[in-house]
Amino acid sequence: MKQIIVLGSGCAKCIKTAEVIEKISSELGVDVQITKEASPEVMMNYGVMSTPAVVIDGTLVHSGRIPSRDEITAWIS
Amino acid sequence: MFEYFTTFADLLIYDLLSLSPESRWGSSLHFFVEDTTKIFALLIVMIYVVAWVRASLNVERVRDYLSGKHRSIGYLLGSLFGAITPFCSCSSIPVFLGFTSAGIPVGITMAFLLTSPLINEVAILLLLSLLGWEFTLMYIAIGIAVGMLGGVFLDLIHAERWLQAFAAKAYQSAQGRVSTSSGGDRQALNLEERHRFAKTETQDIFLRVWKWVFIGVGLGALLHGFVPEGWFESNLGDGQWWSVPAAVLMGIPLYSNATGVIPVMESLITKGLPVGTTLAFCMSTVAASFPEFILLKQVMQWRLLATIFVMLLCSFTVVGWLFNVFSFS
Repeated sequence: MKQIIVLGSGCAKCIKTAEVIEKISSELGVDVQITKEASPEVMMNYGVMSTPAVVIDGTLVHSGRIPSRDEITAWIS
Repeated sequence: MFEYFTTFADLLIYDLLSLSPESRWGSSLHFFVEDTTKIFALLIVMIYVVAWVRASLNVERVRDYLSGKHRSIGYLLGSLFGAITPFCSCSSIPVFLGFTSAGIPVGITMAFLLTSPLINEVAILLLLSLLGWEFTLMYIAIGIAVGMLGGVFLDLIHAERWLQAFAAKAYQSAQGRVSTSSGGDRQALNLEERHRFAKTETQDIFLRVWKWVFIGVGLGALLHGFVPEGWFESNLGDGQWWSVPAAVLMGIPLYSNATGVIPVMESLITKGLPVGTTLAFCMSTVAASFPEFILLKQVMQWRLLATIFVMLLCSFTVVGWLFNVFSFS
């Protein structure tokens, strides 16, 4: 099961990002665990400067905007 | 080119609603319709154009560029980039940490963050269309100066002592490390990508600011129609020294962004409030807002937070006094 972390300070876009990933993964029938992380220290350690950002299994794959459907599909499948 | 908007407001308010230009409501509504239509049209065109041009500029590139720059030029560059780099205020914290952990001095980082809310393309556009280019240039110069001098001051008092422990540690460990440029080498964007970026950016910014335009212009319109000409001049305009700090203090609990405040500035100035007092009030409303300061608590100790807050209030007061003195002499 993929561990997905959405990094963000709780702004609307970060919440949306987590929702979109959740929706697409359930559509595709992929089992994922999504957590939201708002700690600035964690963001700093991943080197994230623009939110929302997405970390999958410990690797930063995306930052700065809500990811597109194609991007999400590529990450989780 | 702006006359179209006046004509449209004339038609709608004076002809269609048959309100008299001399009546309070007539004059308020005319102001409201003319300014909102003009601002919305300009916003859509200008945000798109500006976003298209700066599509490849982002905070990561600015960080790589600023790290390793000498302090003598760093404050100016930090402040300038703060004015032109697009980033959402909800990203202030990650940006602060990104800069700090790259070893960029706190003063330069703060020059970036202080100038950012004061100057942006929307603010400049509104100033140009409502208050003219001279006022706009003056506003930009002050915004950059406040950021730069604020940054210099913070480094002089060694503000990095008062960061939260993890941030201070990250800053320390970046010192002495040779700066490595990371994400700076993005390929050039093609026209299609630029268009896509500019389109999303226009939608995002527009959705974020339209209500501020309504509120700001609405307030400005009420002032325009209901406050008698010269009211401020006879009540506050004589350059009483205390009117500037009073205006700054009044601006603190009022939380707005530059988009909402500039239409109000226009009305305040035309009603005779001195330029310096108006500027001080507006900058305090935009830059010294409690909600954003509380966010910074995550990376700074109270002591530093309070220092920056007081520093901002003092600098806006000084700006106000200077401009009142110059415009009176």
